Amino acid sequence: MRRLLLRPVYVLALPAVLVLVWWLASDGSTDIYWPPLRTILRTFPDVWTGERLRADALPSVLRLGAGYALAAVTGVALGTVIGSYRRVRAVCEPVLEFLRAVPPPVLIPVIMLFAGIGDTMKIVVIASGCVWPVLLNTVEGVRAVDSVMTETARSYGITGAARLRHVVLPSASPQIFAGLRQALSIGIILMVISEMFAASNGLGFTIVQFQRGFAIPDMWTGILLLGLLGFLLSVVFQLVERRVLGWYHGLRASTRRS
Amino acid sequence: MKGLNTALGAAGLAAFLALGEAVPRLGLVKEAYFPPTSRIAGALGDELADEAFWTALGDTLTGWALGLTIAACAGVVVGVLLAVVPHLREATASTIEFLRPIPSVALIPLAVLLYGTELRSVLLLVVYASFWQVLIQVLYGVRDVDPVAEETARSYGLGPWARVRHVLWPTALPYVMTGVRLAAAVALILAITAELVIGAPGLGSRIAVAQTSQAVPDMYALIVVTGLLGLLINVGARSVERRALAWHQSVRGEVAV
Repeated sequence: MRRLLLRPVYVLALPAVLVLVWWLASDGSTDIYWPPLRTILRTFPDVWTGERLRADALPSVLRLGAGYALAAVTGVALGTVIGSYRRVRAVCEPVLEFLRAVPPPVLIPVIMLFAGIGDTMKIVVIASGCVWPVLLNTVEGVRAVDSVMTETARSYGITGAARLRHVVLPSASPQIFAGLRQALSIGIILMVISEMFAASNGLGFTIVQFQRGFAIPDMWTGILLLGLLGFLLSVVFQLVERRVLGWYHGLRASTRRS
Repeated sequence: MKGLNTALGAAGLAAFLALGEAVPRLGLVKEAYFPPTSRIAGALGDELADEAFWTALGDTLTGWALGLTIAACAGVVVGVLLAVVPHLREATASTIEFLRPIPSVALIPLAVLLYGTELRSVLLLVVYASFWQVLIQVLYGVRDVDPVAEETARSYGLGPWARVRHVLWPTALPYVMTGVRLAAAVALILAITAELVIGAPGLGSRIAVAQTSQAVPDMYALIVVTGLLGLLINVGARSVERRALAWHQSVRGEVAV
């Protein structure tokens, strides 16, 4: 009972203290770059009206969603193929290691050459950065499928699509989700940067506009909004993961207890 | 078996390079967009002979190494502190969960205003991004401490500092190493991104210049360099990890983040 009462205190105390410290420390601030928190919070609803959210935040999120989905599908599909065949894996490994090591943002200039500066460019940029963690984790996951399970499935005559659906993908899914989680943070980074480069709307674009126009409180609200977006997406991801991997976490918890 | 794998890998790499040569030569994509491998190799040679390239490489590596060091030290100190002081960890959990997913690139406009194209701009982004990688792993690591070992140390009268040194640190070290390895890759990404977007001196800003001046082969050559750099950092971090954990490599289970 006492723990139950203490929990909200633990969750809320430090954030409250931090916000309070920020509020008090910045309250009398005349530094143009560090406006008082009071001003930032007052500006927030003025800047991020429904209209702005629809015109800037929505396209950003849609591009992120499209690129991320593309990367997830490609990564899992290719990863399953590469992970299933030892020879294919040996041939691809050095090339994949190299491609993964290229920092994703440097691909923006390259993709701009091919795809111009429209939405296609941004979706391709996001997808091309997100695909590597998904791909490599899928390869590892597929490779590590329990050999007893594989043999059992074989002796029951489970092959082809059914094998993939009931044996390989479920057993690789914890690894795949680890990859998807890494891909999410790379995706957000690329979403923002691709909009900073060349765009006419989007969160990255708007925040840089504010900064160039020295609308400092507005810029701060943009930074806060990006933070909220990152936080929100990671919460959504956790919910989905808990649902999809519920069986796995349950299994882990029960083995740990025994 | 290992020899065969190496041979297959080399064949794959050769095929990749050959494809890069053939596709533009056959006119499948425009040469202006995607120059053949040999042209990129030529541009790479020119870059290597250019003194400015080495300065840029040095700038990038400085930002990377400095940022990574600061982030790793801060991550370890904060992580251990949170583990040792009672209740501190529970009190900070929600704040960490909130701050961690904030994309570091959101700080780019602030970095530009505060420090312009100085090294400090790059450091701000690199440190923010890689700090969380280390911290989270340290927190996983200290959670892994065997309660029996902890109690044993306590009953032998080991003080708090000795317990950190002899019980907590060896348990957490594999996780710390994983965290530093992940942070090393993230730090390179952020260092080059900062140079690319903000224009701080380094390989990233050279890529931006090559792009705006339509020097397409040079741009590809520089991108290849950043890839090789990333590869080198990965391989280096792995070998450091293996050496530091020689006593332990076989028993450890790596945590996926």
